[in-house]
Amino acid sequence: MTATAVDAPTPSETNYLNIKSGFWSWAATLDHKRIGMMYLIGTSLAFLVGGLFALLVRTHLWNHTGALFDPATYNQVFTLHGVFMVFVFIIPAIPAALGNMALPGMLGAPDVALPRLNLASFYLWLVGTVFIIVSLVAGGVDTGWTFYTPYSAQSATPVIAVGLGVFILGFSSIFTGLNFIVTVHKMRAPGMTWFRMPLFVWAVYATALLQVLATPVLGITLLLLVFERLYQIGVFLPEFGGDPILFQHFFWFYSHPAVYIMILPAMGVISEVISVHARKPVFGYRMIAFSSLAIAIISFLVWGHHMFTSGESEFAMMAFSFLTFFVGIPSAIKEFNWVATIWKGSIALSAPMLYAIAFLIIFAIGGLTGIFLASLSLNIHLHDTYYVVAHFHYVMMGSTAVAFFAGLHHWWPKFTGRMYSEKWAKVAAVLVFIGFNATFLPQFIMGSEGMPRRYATYLEKWTELHRASTVGAYILASGVALMIVYFVHSLIAGEKAKANQWGAVTLEWASSSPPPLYNFDKDPIVTREVYDYSVPSQAEGYRA
Amino acid sequence: MSQTASAEVHAEAHDHAHGHATPTPPGFVPHHVAHHFKTWEQEFQSGKLGFWLFLATEILLFGGLFAAYIYYHGIYPETFAVCGSLLSWKLGALNTCVLLLSSWTMAMAVRAAQLSQRKACFNWLMITVACGAVFMVVKYFEYSAKIEHGTLPTAWFHPHGEEAALLATVPHPSMFFSIYFTMTGIHGLHVLIGMIVISWYAVGVAKGRYHSGHYLPIDLVGLYWHIVDIIWIFLFPLLYLVP
Repeated sequence: MTATAVDAPTPSETNYLNIKSGFWSWAATLDHKRIGMMYLIGTSLAFLVGGLFALLVRTHLWNHTGALFDPATYNQVFTLHGVFMVFVFIIPAIPAALGNMALPGMLGAPDVALPRLNLASFYLWLVGTVFIIVSLVAGGVDTGWTFYTPYSAQSATPVIAVGLGVFILGFSSIFTGLNFIVTVHKMRAPGMTWFRMPLFVWAVYATALLQVLATPVLGITLLLLVFERLYQIGVFLPEFGGDPILFQHFFWFYSHPAVYIMILPAMGVISEVISVHARKPVFGYRMIAFSSLAIAIISFLVWGHHMFTSGESEFAMMAFSFLTFFVGIPSAIKEFNWVATIWKGSIALSAPMLYAIAFLIIFAIGGLTGIFLASLSLNIHLHDTYYVVAHFHYVMMGSTAVAFFAGLHHWWPKFTGRMYSEKWAKVAAVLVFIGFNATFLPQFIMGSEGMPRRYATYLEKWTELHRASTVGAYILASGVALMIVYFVHSLIAGEKAKANQWGAVTLEWASSSPPPLYNFDKDPIVTREVYDYSVPSQAEGYRA
Repeated sequence: MSQTASAEVHAEAHDHAHGHATPTPPGFVPHHVAHHFKTWEQEFQSGKLGFWLFLATEILLFGGLFAAYIYYHGIYPETFAVCGSLLSWKLGALNTCVLLLSSWTMAMAVRAAQLSQRKACFNWLMITVACGAVFMVVKYFEYSAKIEHGTLPTAWFHPHGEEAALLATVPHPSMFFSIYFTMTGIHGLHVLIGMIVISWYAVGVAKGRYHSGHYLPIDLVGLYWHIVDIIWIFLFPLLYLVP
């Protein structure tokens, strides 16, 4: 990394981690970095719990008759995997954990606009998670993470606890999104114009719009489901004149945008990591910024593609199919621009960059298979098969979680002040990439042959493919386990990180590592365009 | 400020003043701009923008209910016509007038806060709360009548008397009452929350916390009260008149 330490600001004696200590200094903190750190620890634990359930699912499917559970228990295990991964981990992971830590610094702001709301968001996340854990102790829910009626209104498992838990997690997500929108509008440093904002900020901003505008609909849907169980309001139950398909419309009106709540911030991370580690300005900066907004808008108009086989009018199906193809365009714009950014860059194959490259490959597959699923005739065949499972895992796990790892490795030295073992980090990245593809490529094949999702048993002919998938899951898990080992080692004995470890030019790196309490010793004034690597020292990117 | 310790550290680290007080009329409690804001305007606008976004989430939350209403009204028009006729439009109209009046008193309270008129602001807020209470009392009588006649959501639906015969002529009459109770129930909860929050801020007004230099919370709770009012403006015709 080129001459960055020379002009780096003199490190403060105190930083946000050591300025105060004790339980209440964390539990009552209003500092966005500490809140982000608590979110990071919480969501990472949720990822490990969800991952454990994933391993149980894969181990169970070792034999075609099912190796571990009876079918009812299997239903609960995959439901808990889905609920933990979607609502407790992925949705808050990048915006609330990495976003909280990095976004205010990127804008040159001392904090988010509404710090109390930020802390409230974290506690809502905690309470929602407790509800879900309570339901787990009470026996676990078996409806799948989608809670489809009428079954979810009848299931003997504690659907109310999970429904309320997800309802509360939704408000946590709304508060985070609301806070970031206000922060981006009102907290930018002097000179930080909209088109000088790093692309991660644009991505989190687009995500925040979705969080604020889509999540309330999930809230009311789950509330109606809870009422359905409490006093049978009947709107989702056919025996009382209701329509179960209405639940699906309501649910996907949120949950399709939610898919973009997961992927958009991941795309933002990739824009940062690729630019920094290829040392090139992002190619087509404005196109990437606008494509984030375009994805946010179009994502509100595609929810019907989850119901191609549930009973929709042909006209609605054609419209939803077209709009689903259409959302591929801004996604492709991003993908091409990232590749163009790497082109002729000074590429450093650091751990974050390895994850970013893995993302580019995996997201291309995940995105293209989505285009297949959007075609009506093919969808009839592939609907609710392992093809769909593989597709959304390529996007959610392979893209979002891998981008989360990229961001984690990228910002780790900044926010912990320690470096990790780069050698082992690269080994883990390779294990994750190989393990992930070994898990889910066979599922594309099984899905196209008709293997239905959520089944506890399967035809004997798929034994080899299922076993390959299971072995892949364990390789992936070993990569994650290795990550835990070297991250813990980094915290205990890692060498001190530089203020600007990777030679980045965005503002969150323009302070010591870890940053001081209010991010900057002197309030920054931005005088240069974003991603301008022409001056060797980033410290000249702003003046104090 | 709950974070005095960190604010002190911050003041040491920065050479320019943060947490400065806004202009305060004599006799009022000064307001200090939160440490992470540079100016009073920045704080004010952040609060306003954030609150408008929150109001958008409220609209979307009710939007789901309105969508369900429109969908089932389309499928069972006779059910909605017959069941809606069992609601008392006179009580509904009375409540509409009460809420409209309370929106005006709330607007007057915000104006009084901006002009640092402590006593007037307190009085307008208390009249607003009183209007909310009248609304809830009227609602209580409406609900009691429904409970008495057994015209309730599906689980407790057991109509009797002449109404039972009338309801037997239309499909799934309980659907209407499920939607009616869910929509007006969630709306009523918002009214109750509004009454509590307004009372809380009325205490602050009495203590002199809100004045021309700091009226943002009164402004925001006013916006909340108006949105609750507007939602009722839509609920009243849809449930009581349109059928």
